[in-house]
Amino acid sequence: MWEWLIKFASPMNFYLLVNRFAPWLGRAAVVLFAVGLYGAFFYAPADYQQGESFRIIYVHVPSAWMSMFVYMTMAGAGAAGLVWKTKVSDAIARSCAPLGASFTFLALATGSLWGKPMWGTWWVWDARLTAELILLFLYLGYIALQSAIDDRRMAARAGAVLALVGVVNIPIIHYSVEWWNTLHQGPTITKMDTPSIHVDMLIPLLVMIAAFMCYFFALVLVRARVEIIEQERNSKWVQELVLPPGGHK
Amino acid sequence: MTGISEFLHMGGYAFYVWGSYGLAAVILYLNYLLPVRHEQQLMRKLSILQASKTG
Repeated sequence: MWEWLIKFASPMNFYLLVNRFAPWLGRAAVVLFAVGLYGAFFYAPADYQQGESFRIIYVHVPSAWMSMFVYMTMAGAGAAGLVWKTKVSDAIARSCAPLGASFTFLALATGSLWGKPMWGTWWVWDARLTAELILLFLYLGYIALQSAIDDRRMAARAGAVLALVGVVNIPIIHYSVEWWNTLHQGPTITKMDTPSIHVDMLIPLLVMIAAFMCYFFALVLVRARVEIIEQERNSKWVQELVLPPGGHK
Repeated sequence: MTGISEFLHMGGYAFYVWGSYGLAAVILYLNYLLPVRHEQQLMRKLSILQASKTG
């Protein structure tokens, strides 16, 4: 197990692994997006209270979910980098940030587009919305920190500490609708005993979440691969990769 | 025909629904395009560097 992990953590093996899996994850994402979108518009019935506007749920909930999942991945990879000092985990942590920031922005923007017709306002300083906005600032802070520090190891270490401190925000986002009285509606999926969503509406949502997951994993791997190639540009394996023997001049 | 325009109308929520999906499409597409393009540029740059070194 450990041997396997250490082998995986070598930049070259990681490169080969990404080449192998990222295209499949990408294809899976495309298929799942197609199925999920079909379900979102043609399979799921209109909501009896919110009418057609509820269809925003199929981009809003997956992006909100991803905004937290990506953050945990970033913090986890950052922690692994702190402990084992592996280049690959640092590259993964760094690659999470722009994707996570995008998902967070998307969750806020689609929430706003949903809030306007349903609540009558684009924005309220409500617990969940504010915590999600803080999450966006955490991502942006992380990105700014990465570009401010030239030394990659230092930047990775500082970023990991920032990410780990920010983890406290994740349960706040998740439980905010239960802890405080808020305008945001309660959880839809995570109460498995009494699901508050009809199964015809739930299935497309789960497919969309799976699509977002595959999309994220494909792209975080590609981003980390670019990062690794850049870092290892002077190593033998990258040079052989760039100019294979007997290849072009 | 009415089926399509009714679909596009989204029960009066067209702006909000299509706005959300449009924004998602743009953001997800850019997040795909930028790293892929960056990688291509990097590989090209490295191979030029390599060629100039080996002659």
